[in-house]
Amino acid sequence: MEALVFLINKALVAGLVIGSIYALGAIGVTLIFGILRFAHFAHGDLMTLGAFFTLALAGIGASLGIATPFPIALAALLPAMLLTAASAIAIDRTFYRPLRLAKVRPIIIVIASVGVTLMLQGAIRLVAGVGTRNMFFDQAKDIHRFTLPGARREIVMTEPQVVLVALTICAMVGLHWFLTRSRLGKAMRAVSDNPDLARITGIDTDRVVRATWVTAGALACAAGSLLSMDVFLKPDLAFNLLLPIFAAAIVGGIGQPFGAIAGGFLIGFSETLAIFDWGVLFRELNPLLPALLQLPTSFAFVPTEYKLMVPFVILIIVLVYRPTGVFRGKVF
Amino acid sequence: MSYLKVDNLTAGYGQMRILHGVDLEIAKGEIGVIAGPNGAGKSTLLKALFGMADITGGQVSLDGENIASIPPDRLAAHGVAYVPQEYNVFPSLTVNENLEMGAYVRNDDWSAVLDRVYGLFPPLREKRRQPAGELSGGQRQMVAVGRALMIEPKMLLLDEPTAGLSPMFMSEIFDRVLAVNAAGVTILMVEQNAKQALAIAHRGFILANGENSWTGTGRELLDNPDVARSFLGG
Repeated sequence: MEALVFLINKALVAGLVIGSIYALGAIGVTLIFGILRFAHFAHGDLMTLGAFFTLALAGIGASLGIATPFPIALAALLPAMLLTAASAIAIDRTFYRPLRLAKVRPIIIVIASVGVTLMLQGAIRLVAGVGTRNMFFDQAKDIHRFTLPGARREIVMTEPQVVLVALTICAMVGLHWFLTRSRLGKAMRAVSDNPDLARITGIDTDRVVRATWVTAGALACAAGSLLSMDVFLKPDLAFNLLLPIFAAAIVGGIGQPFGAIAGGFLIGFSETLAIFDWGVLFRELNPLLPALLQLPTSFAFVPTEYKLMVPFVILIIVLVYRPTGVFRGKVF
Repeated sequence: MSYLKVDNLTAGYGQMRILHGVDLEIAKGEIGVIAGPNGAGKSTLLKALFGMADITGGQVSLDGENIASIPPDRLAAHGVAYVPQEYNVFPSLTVNENLEMGAYVRNDDWSAVLDRVYGLFPPLREKRRQPAGELSGGQRQMVAVGRALMIEPKMLLLDEPTAGLSPMFMSEIFDRVLAVNAAGVTILMVEQNAKQALAIAHRGFILANGENSWTGTGRELLDNPDVARSFLGG
């Protein structure tokens, strides 16, 4: 029973948490790829920017004497999402849109996004320094514990983890409603399908582009902020996120938002299950097995330090056997 | 009084010039057909009218108004609808959603128009929840034309509406074109199947090498032995 709780905590809850982060980031990447037709390399640092906005607004709120029953960082999340959305639009206006209007090849816009990433990294370090920050400077985060019958150990989920999973579910439901029931959402799908025909039909492509950046920016902020609340906020937050997020978007079928969500959780759970020490469970099973078939008491598919290998391997497998991804995304 | 007037139009794509001074004129409510051999510039002429090609000279006026400089996404609001030859539907959107997008520029209640479009293309009604990309060629063509009709256009530009369709579908499409025209829509159509198209045309324009070759009413061109020999297979 203890082993089961260990599995749930270390593999299932952890997979749910990291899967949600990847899903939220991958939605933005896949929408930008489908509608703006380029791989947005600056997405990881957009998440870092969002996290720093949350920290900054929380700090400002605290110094203004605003008191909240829950940690102020959570209250700062929503305004930070709006601020990140606005920044995403501003970045597009300044850097990507002029290139689009000049009708350059897509790879040039990709390189521009690499430039934007370097810029954002520099700007963040200039303003906020290179140190590690704790988002819960005013109140400690709540910890929720559940006990399973027959176990001493508890299933643990922290407050930001609960908020993250809840927000991801809301994002999924909201996105589905938006894309299938609202006029602007359908216009986004139309532009993603056939941008020339969308112009011919009279669809306002500028509005669709803005909506894309708002969605991508807001979700990136949420993902970055909640990840920082789960661990700590460091300026290089993006470093370990960019590859899994792109892998999630590609595995799910690039351009398909629900594929991005599925891909995010697939990669999240694969990571946690790959680094999980199955020996803990094997130890429980060994008494029931004959002496010749004893399982190792310490076993993980992938050592923890090599966890980044997991999205790499999944990505390679998908690109070899099903390049368009699970939900058959775009191939230009 | 001409409705659509094209004067000495030179146009192409970037550095490449395709049209070298083309004239065209149709009156309100007429069906105009542009025919000619491959590479004559027929599609380019339609694209230029809709702002999808680069106009380097000449005039294009619709109902007296110069439309040469209006970008494509504004022309829908001017009552001009264009159906391209290829990639003319949104494949992942359902039939109904495609038609909805056709009505994107409208601010009023267009449910009656939607009904009329389904009435014009009955097979689409039962397939309305299917993604347009899964339909057959003929049905996709219906979606493409239906999408354009959602704005109740004053002028409809069709680029080879019967391309790749069976003869049965061909005459169905021409029947629909006549029905739409009967409702008062001016139609300008590029067609490879020149014989059938000219039979329903008020006005015909045959292009060759980016220039006007023969111009006249549909009947005149069909009866002309030179035209018949060169383009209509005798």
